[in-house]
Amino acid sequence: MDLEFTKSDQEFREEVRQFIANNFSQPNASGQNIEKYHEVTSDQMKEGILEWHKTLYKKGWLAPHWPEEYGGVDWSITQRYIWDQECANAGTTPLIPFGLTMLGPVIIAYGNDHQKDWVLKGILSGEDWWCQGYSEPGAGSDLASLRTKAEKVGDHYIVNGHKIWTTLAQYADWMFCLVRTSSDGKPQEGISFLLIDMKTPGIDVKPIITVDGGHEVNEVFLEDVKVPVENLVGEENMGWTIAKFLLGNERTGIAGVARSKKAISRLKEIANAEYNDGKPLMVDPSFNQKVTELEVELTALEYTELRTLAKESKGEGPGAESSILKIKGTEIQQKISELTLEAIGNYASPYLTPLSVRSFGSNYPEVGPDYSQGVAQNYFGMRKTSIYGGSNEIQRNIIAKMVLGL
Amino acid sequence: MDFSFSEEQTLLRNTIQSFLQDNYDFDSRKAIIQSEDGMSKENWQQLAELGLLGVPFSEADGGLDFGPVETMIVAEEFGKGLVIEPYIQTVVTCGGFLRRASESQRQEHLSKIISGEEIWAFAHAEPQGRFNLSDIKVNASKNNDEYSLNGHKCVVSGAPWAQKLIVSARTSGDQSDKDGISLFIVDKSAEGVSLRDYKTVDGSMASEVTFENVKIDSSSIIGEEGKAYDLIELVVDETIAALCAEAIGAMSVLNDATVEYCKTRKQFGQPIGKFQVLQHRMVDMFMQYEQSVSMTYMVNLKLSEDELERRKAASGAKVQICNASKFIGQSAVQLHGGMGMTDELNVGHYFKRLAMIETQFGNADHHLKKYSSAS
Ligand SMILES: Cc1cc2nc3c(=O)[nH]c(=O)nc-3n(C[C@H](O)[C@H](O)[C@H](O)COP(=O)(O)OP(=O)(O)OC[C@H]3O[C@@H](n4cnc5c(N)ncnc54)[C@H](O)[C@@H]3O)c2cc1C
Repeated sequence: MDLEFTKSDQEFREEVRQFIANNFSQPNASGQNIEKYHEVTSDQMKEGILEWHKTLYKKGWLAPHWPEEYGGVDWSITQRYIWDQECANAGTTPLIPFGLTMLGPVIIAYGNDHQKDWVLKGILSGEDWWCQGYSEPGAGSDLASLRTKAEKVGDHYIVNGHKIWTTLAQYADWMFCLVRTSSDGKPQEGISFLLIDMKTPGIDVKPIITVDGGHEVNEVFLEDVKVPVENLVGEENMGWTIAKFLLGNERTGIAGVARSKKAISRLKEIANAEYNDGKPLMVDPSFNQKVTELEVELTALEYTELRTLAKESKGEGPGAESSILKIKGTEIQQKISELTLEAIGNYASPYLTPLSVRSFGSNYPEVGPDYSQGVAQNYFGMRKTSIYGGSNEIQRNIIAKMVLGL
Repeated sequence: MDFSFSEEQTLLRNTIQSFLQDNYDFDSRKAIIQSEDGMSKENWQQLAELGLLGVPFSEADGGLDFGPVETMIVAEEFGKGLVIEPYIQTVVTCGGFLRRASESQRQEHLSKIISGEEIWAFAHAEPQGRFNLSDIKVNASKNNDEYSLNGHKCVVSGAPWAQKLIVSARTSGDQSDKDGISLFIVDKSAEGVSLRDYKTVDGSMASEVTFENVKIDSSSIIGEEGKAYDLIELVVDETIAALCAEAIGAMSVLNDATVEYCKTRKQFGQPIGKFQVLQHRMVDMFMQYEQSVSMTYMVNLKLSEDELERRKAASGAKVQICNASKFIGQSAVQLHGGMGMTDELNVGHYFKRLAMIETQFGNADHHLKKYSSAS
């Protein structure tokens, strides 16, 4: 047991830092929500998100968690940890997880050779944008009750149904989708995992606008959609096993420790710039205490994540305790957004887009400091994190049942 | 001791409820927000016709001569309807100042507020001042019978719709002295006043307002020069009492909606309201609401007590309302799952309004300190 970084780790950090400095430039706006700044077109937005993805692809650093033979990188957990930290510090564009984090490992574990070839290649090159078609209006937390139906007719499945909350489906070329192929036995036993081309006739994508004003999620309607049988992953009716495998991976990624660290240092910068009774807000004892408590909690999460990763690297794959990472990670992210909102005081309320503020004319004051832009929207938007990826209530149920044996 | 409402008060509540039923369903509200004006002038006129714009004013001034309890009823009902129109800003806050203004000022202005002809906004906050009502840099210097006003007020709620502003400005003293603050009535169209209007996240509107050598006649000062701080605190406490009432209105809708949703939404073959962890969360929401109602009644009943008692009541109530707003808002979204995150459902809109009430006129930390210093 030790916490040392070796000399080669330090060198690695230097190399990574240099690479990011030389190769990353901020796209015109950051994060997944830029489409609400309507000056950015949908194509530009997609381009912006993919820019960093493509840079990393060229470098060969895109998929550290994949085995090398499939285009992954042979990094130790320490190196992966350093990589995450450096990316967070530089504020690099978050990579879209649907292909890289979710589907990739599934295909590596369950796909046939043909799927391993085309699916993984498309994910890495950025050519194929994937979305996740799990949830349905009637099947959220109780995912196994899903009803979207796939009927085998010759060498095709005919898919009919309705998916909802499909993140960024408006850009997607493909959707990995849970469908019902049998109604015999327990609901979990009749589910299959299909890869669906979003250009297939019969697919209709409708936007859902969220409380923060963003267009991130969608409804996907499927009417007599023809899917070739070779797009089935694994065997028919084994979709639930695959889905659970995937959710395990989704959960570990969700802790977001490095990005939360960065967000806390940003919060401190803001609280140092804001004034409260003539002094920086950061020295206000009650505010200071709240930030400090959060920092301590994040440190605890950091070491919990490192312990989980260390276990994983020895082949003891993520157990139910990875639910801790999801719960704590999202609670901390939400709390940071909450304190940041608190920090900006009266400037919490303007509803502006960065582009519209600056162009109003010189006779008018700017609306709040730069750092106040979008803070409230972010606070509202962050509420999603305790709902998606298996809600935090469901994660607690999992720990209660699987870890504590209750 | 009696916490019941009189027949007249119940009638008032019914009047507002039926107004909202006819004019303020969720879709109409949305249309109002998206309209050119961002509020409904017609609704404002209707409020005038119903007499609601005259609630706190004396009969001599043309009002209904009601007290804080009636204002509380109006604000609570408006909270249930998420009303956009700037009632609290105009009637409670600016009206609160004007009620205590000189005879001639009351005569000149109050009838225009009561008839719905004019909307008013209170410009008090400044970028460096956070929630401190005496941290004021906006400056008014006197020259003969005229003041010249300079500086920047931020996030002035309702200002885009206003014809008149009441502005707190420094006429003497240092930046955060309580002495040396004066209140001015400023015509929004006066030379040197510029506004940068914008939407706010809760569907309302506000402005950044700058004053550049704005000439103000000395007859437009409210009260005595340099002695406005106590009046500002009083009226802000009254405003807080009304905001608390608005908040409990919004909370009650969220709580009802959440309980209803959990009774009907089924997962795992049963209504999600059967899961005990959600039941307990809803019980906590309910308790937070009840505690908030108590504090709201308390502060509204104590507005006319001596200064220290009143300040304590207002700050105590605001702390409770801030904490409850956060808990209830976040929990309502959580229990609605993905639906709670949508713009389509009303839940998110109540959540956003409650989040803004948290910061208006000081958040929980600010009022905890005020409470402690008043104890
Ligand atoms: C922004 C966003 C993005 C999303 N992206 C995707 C995506 O790309 N692809 C996709 O397939 N899905 C996606 N989802 C859907 C997400 O996974 C679901 O919202 C989630 O599973 C919850 O389902 P639900 O919304 O139907 O809520 P419900 O399941 O109806 O839950 C409502 C409430 O009940 C609670 N609850 C339910 N069951 C229990 C129980 N047994 N015990 C205790 N509490 C319980 C929940 O925790 C929640 O608080 C996304 C959701 C959001 C908000």
